[in-house]
Amino acid sequence: MARVSLSGIKKNYGGVEIIKGVDIDIADGEFTVFVGPSGCGKSTLLRMIAGLEDISDGTLTIGERVVNDLPPKDRSIAMVFQSYAIFPHMTVRENLAFGLTIANAPKAEKDAKVAEAARILQMEHLLERRPSQLSGGQRQRVAIGRAIVRKPGVFLFDEPLSNLDAALRVDMRMELSKLHADLGATMIYVTHDQVEAMTLADKIVVLNAGIVQQVGSPLELYHRPANIFVAGFIGSPKMNFLKVRVEAVDATSVTVGSADIGKLVLPRANATAKVGDEVTIGMRPHHLTVGGAQDITGRVVLVERLGNETLAAVVLGSGQQIIAALPGDIDVAPGQELHLATQADRASLFLANGLAA
Amino acid sequence: MAAITSDNHGLRLAARYAVLVLIAVIFIFPLIFMLMSSLKPDQQLLTDTESLRAFLPVGDISLDNYFAAFRRAPVGLFVFNSVLVTGLTVLLSLVVCSLAAFAFVFVDWRGRELVLTLILATLIVPFETIAIPLLLISANLPWIGLEGVTRGWLNSYQVQIVPFVADGLTIFLFVQYFKDLPGELIEAARVEGASWWQIYRRVVMPLAGPVLATAAILKFLAMYNQYLWPLMVVQQERYRPVMVGLQYFFQLNRAWGEIMAYLSLITVPVLAFYLFLQRAFIASIASTGVKG
Ligand SMILES: Nc1ncnc2c1ncn2[C@@H]1O[C@H](COP(=O)(O)OP(=O)(O)O)[C@@H](O)[C@H]1O
Ligand SMILES: [Mg+2]
Repeated sequence: MARVSLSGIKKNYGGVEIIKGVDIDIADGEFTVFVGPSGCGKSTLLRMIAGLEDISDGTLTIGERVVNDLPPKDRSIAMVFQSYAIFPHMTVRENLAFGLTIANAPKAEKDAKVAEAARILQMEHLLERRPSQLSGGQRQRVAIGRAIVRKPGVFLFDEPLSNLDAALRVDMRMELSKLHADLGATMIYVTHDQVEAMTLADKIVVLNAGIVQQVGSPLELYHRPANIFVAGFIGSPKMNFLKVRVEAVDATSVTVGSADIGKLVLPRANATAKVGDEVTIGMRPHHLTVGGAQDITGRVVLVERLGNETLAAVVLGSGQQIIAALPGDIDVAPGQELHLATQADRASLFLANGLAA
Repeated sequence: MAAITSDNHGLRLAARYAVLVLIAVIFIFPLIFMLMSSLKPDQQLLTDTESLRAFLPVGDISLDNYFAAFRRAPVGLFVFNSVLVTGLTVLLSLVVCSLAAFAFVFVDWRGRELVLTLILATLIVPFETIAIPLLLISANLPWIGLEGVTRGWLNSYQVQIVPFVADGLTIFLFVQYFKDLPGELIEAARVEGASWWQIYRRVVMPLAGPVLATAAILKFLAMYNQYLWPLMVVQQERYRPVMVGLQYFFQLNRAWGEIMAYLSLITVPVLAFYLFLQRAFIASIASTGVKG
């Protein structure tokens, strides 16, 4: 069990800065998810924590020790890879025991620890099989089991579910949550899938282009995104963004308006926006409703019916398009005019520099 | 529909086997000719070449040629020398070249690209061009043996082995194979605490069956067929390998039957080695699921 602290962490590849100064504190036992688009540097960051990549600058602390210059095996970490990386020439048992074998652990200890990991992951019956005789989900379990056996302070996962099919992914997600609850270990989990991040994390770190965009609980990120990137990245379907102008600001509210949305008064204390500013309003598709007092009018161009809800793409007067997630199988059709309303207290506002107002 | 497809499948399979059988026959005919001829007296052997009798055990069949071959040359010694030199070279070369390739592929060190490029460049240097310099070097190298320190490697086993232990082609084969191994396997082993040596021993080499077999076959054939180099560095019969031993049969009167008997005898180790390797090769593919 261990806390992990990154301070001013940077990574250069041949002069190009990939990680541009990252500060994160991960508490003991916390499940932290690094999420961000492909290529933003999540894996690089995780691999630096693991000791598989050098740290160009900054300080990495695991437990109470600065581990910048320690090899992976001395960092009290275990890692689960995207490709599982289980050894094809060894049985499941040998795979699970690999770290202990390397460390010359006595056979009794190996057997006990392997048996315990197998019990936790319910794969006692697979121990004598070879990886080629396992399904994708079972291989995934072996990879996780190999991590468990060594009782590391910190578990590192690099997109461990991305090679599984959708149904299995949901199952494994729940199992990982349960595993975290059972073991109480610190876990750092990398994914590009914001749903995985939302469902698994105690704390989410949103990364983009090697910079931390926001750190917070899933609901903090969902309801109070720090900037327009986080707002667009978290939540599905994506948040709608519309250009508006600030018409009035007082101590408790900001009034914005445009031809598309008319006037909207957003409750905001100490807003940083000034009258006349061109800003962006963000409205989640699920916060749009049909009818209501305030009126956003547009023409429906596309309807997707999911059964429990209906997604409607609506083109507004200015030509900007928004998506509304409407309840049930509501009666809308392409070509039809639709009047929508949003909940002003749940809308977000972003300044020209992308930061939340 | 299903019937037609499966018929097609059967036909295709038959055609494939026909081609394979044809190729096998083409390759095996010289061997059959060699074996049959080794059983015939010279006179009959030469006249038989005018017909298909050349491939059949007909006429005056005996093992006389074999006895004669053993009388003419120390066949057993030559085969022993060749098997010893070839076997040791193959073993050492698999170890040395795979270790070198491991360092080139998995360990990060300054200048590895340059050194690898230089090693690969040796692939285009024909042996004949370095034979003389190599001879001069070998003639002066020191050796620590049972008799203490001696100078000069001529007339020895080591002079036939050491220069061929490391070579560009074998290193290249291993480098290519190692590059195709999933990098995350190596990283997983590192995270689990394995040292470089343990990664080499426990992860990389157990997965290297196919390339080990390929490299071993190529090395075996090259070494077993050595002719020029042993001719240059070995004058004593004691260390003479099989190919140089062939000279014993090309004296004033060519004894074709004895030549065929000698060739048949020295082919036995090659076949034995090949069969052994084939079994090892299949076993390694079956156990790892890694295909070459
Ligand atoms: N060994 C490397 N050499 C150079 N650039 C690299 C290397 N590894 C990763 N990168 C670059 O670093 C960036 C981040 O990569 P990565 O951490 O794998 O992203 P992610 O896991 O978020 O998809 C990418 O632009 C990638 O091209
Ligand atoms: Mg990645």
